[in-house]
Amino acid sequence: MMTLDIHKIRQDFPVLDQRVNGSPLIYFDNAATTQKPSVVMEALSHYYKTDNANIHRGLHTLAERATAAYELTRTKIKEFIHAPSSDQIIFTAGTTGSINLVAQTFGRANFSKGDKILISNLEHHSNIVPWQMIAEEKGAIIEVIPVDDRGVLDLEAYRNLLDSRVKLVAVNHVSNAIGTINPIAEMIQLAHAHGAKVLIDGAQSIAHLDVDVQKLDIDFFAFSAHKLFGPTGLGVLYGKRELLDSMPPYQGGGEMIKEVSFEGTTYNELPYKFEAGTPNIADVIAFSAAIDYVNGFSKEALFQQELALLAYATEQLSVIPGLRIVGTAADKIAVISFVIDGLHPQDIGVLLDKFGIAIRTGHHCVQPLMKRYGLVGTCRASFAFYNTFEEIDLFVKALGRTINMLQ
Amino acid sequence: MAYSIQETQNELIEEFGLFDDWADKYEYLIDLGKKLPSLSEAFKTEENVIKGCQSRVWLHAEKQGDHLVFEADSEAVIVKGLISMLIRVLSNHTAEEIMKADLYFIDQIGMSQHLAQTRSNGLLSMVKQMKNYALAFSAK
Ligand SMILES: Cc1ncc(COP(=O)(O)O)c(C=O)c1O
Repeated sequence: MMTLDIHKIRQDFPVLDQRVNGSPLIYFDNAATTQKPSVVMEALSHYYKTDNANIHRGLHTLAERATAAYELTRTKIKEFIHAPSSDQIIFTAGTTGSINLVAQTFGRANFSKGDKILISNLEHHSNIVPWQMIAEEKGAIIEVIPVDDRGVLDLEAYRNLLDSRVKLVAVNHVSNAIGTINPIAEMIQLAHAHGAKVLIDGAQSIAHLDVDVQKLDIDFFAFSAHKLFGPTGLGVLYGKRELLDSMPPYQGGGEMIKEVSFEGTTYNELPYKFEAGTPNIADVIAFSAAIDYVNGFSKEALFQQELALLAYATEQLSVIPGLRIVGTAADKIAVISFVIDGLHPQDIGVLLDKFGIAIRTGHHCVQPLMKRYGLVGTCRASFAFYNTFEEIDLFVKALGRTINMLQ
Repeated sequence: MAYSIQETQNELIEEFGLFDDWADKYEYLIDLGKKLPSLSEAFKTEENVIKGCQSRVWLHAEKQGDHLVFEADSEAVIVKGLISMLIRVLSNHTAEEIMKADLYFIDQIGMSQHLAQTRSNGLLSMVKQMKNYALAFSAK
């Protein structure tokens, strides 16, 4: 295994080098958003300083440079997720944007009264609400794949829920709240066997797991750039060509048309059909640098580093009296959700911040999952490869002091 | 003679002035939170819940003579400590006094972070709600 020089890697992330409330920052909120390497900031400012132009429209030099850089990112994403072609990569505002796009186009065209949409009990609100909205409009029914006490989806129940009325299965690859890696390969096969399409919310897997949309036979894959060391407000939707082709457009406007007249409009081809208006050019271009950055490592080596952090933190936290880890699936990414008897997560989060430690507390946008476990919320520490074992030691120490202060 | 809103704020500023590190300050706050009597379950209604807090916070207001009396509770003890201070400052004053109150003590005791507009934080909504009650009572 290639060993990573974490000290050197940390220098690539300038934000990590600061003190918060008098202590060195410990950033354990990577599931909310990852930090950005300098190369991403540099690409962003380079674009604005030297290449800024609107894309696809102008034929002047700057427009050509900007267009080429923008389209290069698309190609890199295609390679990153092993898509067959870059015109199946659609830029959106984020995972949320991608899911809404599918709900409002694929959903609008394909759901009818009594059809079923299967989601899971692990879903983020972003992968619940868009389906509720279209289901209500179309009279479709949402059914939920249950989750067991460990945070593992009940595949037996899933099999039983699958029937010919299921039009779409929308599940996350990895749970943001508790880190479970779902067996999507098997779930996709089962769905396809019943004629259902599958949308995978890859927000939490994209930075950690290798995703091959073709091998996995994924119909739709959604993720956010900001969780892959890239800029905020940018996302990707991958879709199978025949699906994207058959879907009606989403938003109307410039870029997405072929010809407009007052009598009628013809739509542009993929991917532009789904990219109305001037897109988030600068962030798309800067995202390229994030992908290059990650590609500079072995993804497996990065993930092994994170798993080592997870194992160490799990072991350290488990000995704290009254602490219970929520989400104990065997297959997890480096996310630890926990609760402590008698203490409110918010109090823990406020005090840890005083120690310069950033974790997330609350319901993590998965209220139905919190309800399933009878919790108001949890504390969640989520690691990235730039985190260290020393940081975990400091975190555990600060948590001990926090508990003392609160009890 | 009851204290004015300003006097109570100055008193709090003085109390917090005794602490020179954040941990002492928060321990005091936690202590205040623990000492604040729980709100009776009858008042922990959906109506009394303050929106916009990561922990549930309930606020109950009652008119006693020409004064407004607040009682409140939260699941989180630090929030409860903050509430306890707000009650100490604002409760038992006239609607007009409450509406006019400039709550400078929060900043001066180094707790302005809790007024930040993050969605997880309820202090701002709490102050707003107290002032709304004052407005509603004065309009009656
Ligand atoms: C599993 C999952 N799905 C969807 C989202 C929404 O992502 P975004 O807010 O970037 O659209 C998140 C982000 O927290 C997530 O973790």
